[in-house]
Amino acid sequence: MSIYRKPVIFIIVSLVVVLVGSVVSTFIPLFMPSMEPALEGITPYNPIELEGRDIYIREGCNNCHTQTVRPLLFETARYGEPSKLGEFVHDRPHLWGSKRTGPDLARVGGKYPDSWHYKHMENPQAMFKDSNMPPYAWLAGNRLDTSLAEKKMKTLHFPFADAEIRALDGKTEMDALVAYLQKLGRTKKPQPLAATTQGAATAVESPAVAEGHKIFDENCAGCHGADLAGGLGPNLTDAEWKFGGSDADLILSITEGRPGGMPSWKSVLDQDKTGKVVAYIRSRAKG
Amino acid sequence: MRQEESYEDGAVKGFIFSSLFWLVIGLVVGLLIAAQLFAPALNLLPWLTYGRLRPVHTNGLAFGFAVTAIIGVSYYVVQRLARAPLVFPGLARASLWLMNITVALGAASLFMGFTSSKEYAELEWPIDILVVVVWVMFAVNMVATLIKRREEQMYISLWYLLATVVVVALLYIVNNLAIPVSWFKSYSAYAGANDANVQWWYGHNAVASLFTFPILAFFYYFLPKSTNLPIYSHRLSIIAFWSLVFGYMWTGAHHLVYTPIPDWIQTMAIALSIFLIAPSWGSVINGYYTMQGSWATVQSNYLVKFFLWGITFYGLQTIQGPTQAIRWISQFVHYTDYIPGHVHMGTMGWVTMIISASFYYLVPKLYNTSLYSIKLANNHFWLVLVGQLIFSITMWITGLQQGAMLTATNEDGSLRYSFLETLVHNYPYWMMRFAGGIIYFAGIVIFVYNLAKTTANRGGREAAA
Ligand code: HEC
Ligand code: HEC
Ligand code: HEM
Ligand code: HEM
Repeated sequence: MSIYRKPVIFIIVSLVVVLVGSVVSTFIPLFMPSMEPALEGITPYNPIELEGRDIYIREGCNNCHTQTVRPLLFETARYGEPSKLGEFVHDRPHLWGSKRTGPDLARVGGKYPDSWHYKHMENPQAMFKDSNMPPYAWLAGNRLDTSLAEKKMKTLHFPFADAEIRALDGKTEMDALVAYLQKLGRTKKPQPLAATTQGAATAVESPAVAEGHKIFDENCAGCHGADLAGGLGPNLTDAEWKFGGSDADLILSITEGRPGGMPSWKSVLDQDKTGKVVAYIRSRAKG
Repeated sequence: MRQEESYEDGAVKGFIFSSLFWLVIGLVVGLLIAAQLFAPALNLLPWLTYGRLRPVHTNGLAFGFAVTAIIGVSYYVVQRLARAPLVFPGLARASLWLMNITVALGAASLFMGFTSSKEYAELEWPIDILVVVVWVMFAVNMVATLIKRREEQMYISLWYLLATVVVVALLYIVNNLAIPVSWFKSYSAYAGANDANVQWWYGHNAVASLFTFPILAFFYYFLPKSTNLPIYSHRLSIIAFWSLVFGYMWTGAHHLVYTPIPDWIQTMAIALSIFLIAPSWGSVINGYYTMQGSWATVQSNYLVKFFLWGITFYGLQTIQGPTQAIRWISQFVHYTDYIPGHVHMGTMGWVTMIISASFYYLVPKLYNTSLYSIKLANNHFWLVLVGQLIFSITMWITGLQQGAMLTATNEDGSLRYSFLETLVHNYPYWMMRFAGGIIYFAGIVIFVYNLAKTTANRGGREAAA
C-alpha cells in the first residue's frame, strides 16, 4: 500500500511528521515552568500601564521597536542589562518585535523624564530632526477609553484597586502610553529622577545653581545623564566643548540646539533660566 | 482522458482576479510605508501611520494575494491531477466570496488598529475565525475531490498541497488562541517567552506553508506543463519532500537568536536551519535537471524564465536563510534591514514569480484564448526582476552597514555611533529601495493589464509577438 495513493492516510502521516518538531521545540516548553520563572521585583501592569500597553499594540510601535536586549557587549552598552525570561511573564502578547527601525525599548523606563516623552511623542522630528518616527500628537487629544479597563485587568488576573480604575477618568491616551513606557524594564517602583540626585548636591549649591540643577534634572538629565556624564548627549563636565566653552557658546547650544540631536530650548527656557542651567553646569565642571 | 469542459473552474477565475486586486492594494501600501521610512511627514492620519500600515502590507500580500492565489490555483491543479471535477463547486464559489470579505474586513480592522501584534497573525479573533472557515472549506473540497479521483497516483504537487492544508491549519489555530475581552480585543493565550516561541514557530512555518510548499507544488505542476518536460527525479522529490516538512517545524527559534529563549531551543533551530539547505536544494536541482538539455526553450517559451529565475531565487533564499540563523551572523544582521532584503528576494523573486507564471498559464486556458501579449509579459518579467534586485541589494548593503555601525566600539569599549547616526545612513538606501519598488510595481501593473486584456481576447486572436 502506497501512501501516495491514499490522501487521508497521507494527511495523517504528514501531520505526525510535522508534529515531531512542533512538539519538541514549541509545545513541550509551554509546560515547562522554567520558561516563566519568577523574578524578584517583576510586577504585573497596573490599569493605566495596561491601557498604555494596549495603545502601543494598537499603534504598532512593535513594527519599529524591539523589547529584548541581547547578551552582547555592544548591545548592553547601548540598551542596558540583557533581558531575562522572568521579565516577560506578564506579557500577553510578548512585544519583542523583529525589526529595529528605532532603538530597543526594553529598558527605556526611567531613562527620560515624563516631560521628555510627551515632547518626543508629540513631534519626534522637533527633537531629532533626522528621526523617522511618526508624530503622535493626536494621542494627547484622545480621551482614554476606560470602558474595558476593569475587564482587562480581571481577564489577565492582575491585581488592582478600584481607585486605580477611577483614576483613569480624564486621562488621555498619551498619559497611558507614557505610563507604560516608564514601566518598561523597571523592576521596582520608579524613583523620580530629581529626588535621587538632588539631595547630595544641594548642601553646596547657591540658590541660582540649585534652581539650575532642578531645571537640568527636568529637561536635560534624560540625555546628558543625571550626573552630567553623558548618555544620548555628550558629557558636560569634562571641559571638552564641541561647540565652544564660553558662556555665550553654551547659551547658544541651549537656546538654538545643535544638529547632532540637541533640541532647541528657546520655547521652554527663558534667558534667566538658561543662565541658571549654565551656572549649574559650571558648578559640576571637573576639568 | 476527461473533457476539459467537465471541470469546475468557475471559482478559479474569481480567485485569480481577486488575488491580483489584493496584490495591487498590498503593493501600493508597500510603496507608502517604504516612503514613510524616509519621509515621516507622510504619516498623515492616525490610520495611515507606519505602525498600522506595515501589517496591512504584510497581511494584504500574505493572505489577500498569496492565500487567494494558492486556493484558486489549487482548485485548478487538484482537478487535473485527480482527473475529476471538484466535488463541491458551490462551496468553492462560497469560499471565494468569504475569502474576499475576510481580507477586506481584515484590512479595514488593521487600519483601525485592531491587532494582536503578532507578526502575520495580527488579525483579531473574529477575523481569525473567518480565516479558519475559509480554510476548512478549501480543505474539504480538496480532500473530497482527491478521494473521488480517477488517477491512481498522487503527483508531487498534491503532496505539497496536502502538507499546506495540514500545516496552515495547525499553525494558525495554535498561534491565534487568545482570550477575548471584546469583539475587537483579545490577549494571547501564552505569556512572554512562550508567546514569542509559539509566534515564531508560526511565523517561520507560515513562510514554509504559504511561501514554500504551495509554490513548490505549482512549480512542479506548471514547469512540466508549460515545457512538456518530465520532472527529472521522482525519488529526489520524495526525499526532499519528507525532509523539508520534517525539518521546517523545528526552526522557528532562529528568529529568536540571543533572546532569553533557552539556548537548547535556539541551537536546535539553528542546526535544523542548516539541515534545510539539503531538501530545499533537492527541489532546485530537480528543477535545473528537468531543464537540462532544453535550455534553448528560454528563448522560445516566455514562461520558462519565470520558472528558472524563480527557482534560482528560491535556491539563493534557502542558502541565505540558514546563514542568517547562525549565531555570529545573526548578532550582526538580526533586527536590521538585511532581513527585509531576504524577505523580498523570496516574496518578489520566488513567490510572485511562480504565481505570475501560473496565472499566465491559466488565464488563457480558462478563457479559451491566447495571451494578449507575450511582449508585455516579457516587459513585466524584466521590470519585476530589476525592481526586486534593487530592493534586495540596497537592503543588504544598508543592513550590513547598520550591523557594522551598531557593533562598532571605541578603544575604551564605549560605542562609536549613536542610534540616530546609524539611522541616517539608511536614508539613501531607503530611497533607492522605493525607486526599486516603483519599477517592480510598474511590472505588476503591466502584468495585471495583460491578463485583463486576455480575458477580453475572446476567440483566441494570435498572441502578439
Ligand atoms: C517608523 C518607525 C517608528 C515607529 C512606528 C515608532 N517609532 Fe519610536 N522611534 C523611532 C526612531 C527612528 C527613534 C529614534 C529617534 C527618536 O528618538 O525619534 C524612536 C525613538 C523612540 C523612543 C526613544 C527611545 C530612546 O531610547 O531614546 C521612544 C520612547 C519611542 N520611540 C516610542 C515609540 C512609541 C510608543 C511608538 C508607537 C506609538 C513608536 N515609538 C513608534 C521609530 C519609530
Ligand atoms: C534629547 C536629548 C537632549 C536633551 C533633552 C538635551 N540635550 Fe544637550 N545635547 C544633546 C546632544 C545629542 C548634543 C550633541 C550635539 C552635537 O554633537 O551636535 C548636545 C549638546 C549639548 C551642548 C553642547 C555640548 C558641546 O560639546 O558643545 C550643551 C551645552 C548642552 N547640550 C546642554 C543641554 C542642556 C542645558 C539641556 C537642557 C536644557 C540639554 N542639553 C538637553 C542632547 C540633548
Ligand atoms: C513594491 C513592492 C514592495 C515594497 C515597496 C515593499 C515594502 C516593504 C517595506 C517598506 C517593508 C517594511 C520593512 C521594514 O520593516 O523595514 C516591507 C515588509 C514586508 N513585505 Fe514588502 N514590499 C513590496 C513587495 C512585497 C511583496 C510582493 C510581498 C509578498 C508577497 C511583501 C511582503 C512583505 C513581508 C512579509 C514583510 C515583512 C518583513 C519582515 O518582517 O522582515 N512585500 N515591505
Ligand atoms: C531554508 C530555508 C530558510 C531559512 C532557514 C530561513 C531563515 C530565516 C531566518 C533565520 C530569518 C530571521 C532573520 C532575523 O530576524 O534575524 C528569516 C526571516 C524571514 N524569511 Fe527566511 N529562511 C528560509 C527561506 C525563506 C523563504 C523561501 C522565504 C519566502 C519568502 C522566507 C521568508 C522570510 C520572511 C518573510 C522572514 C521575515 C520574518 C520576520 O522577521 O518578520 N524565508 N528567514
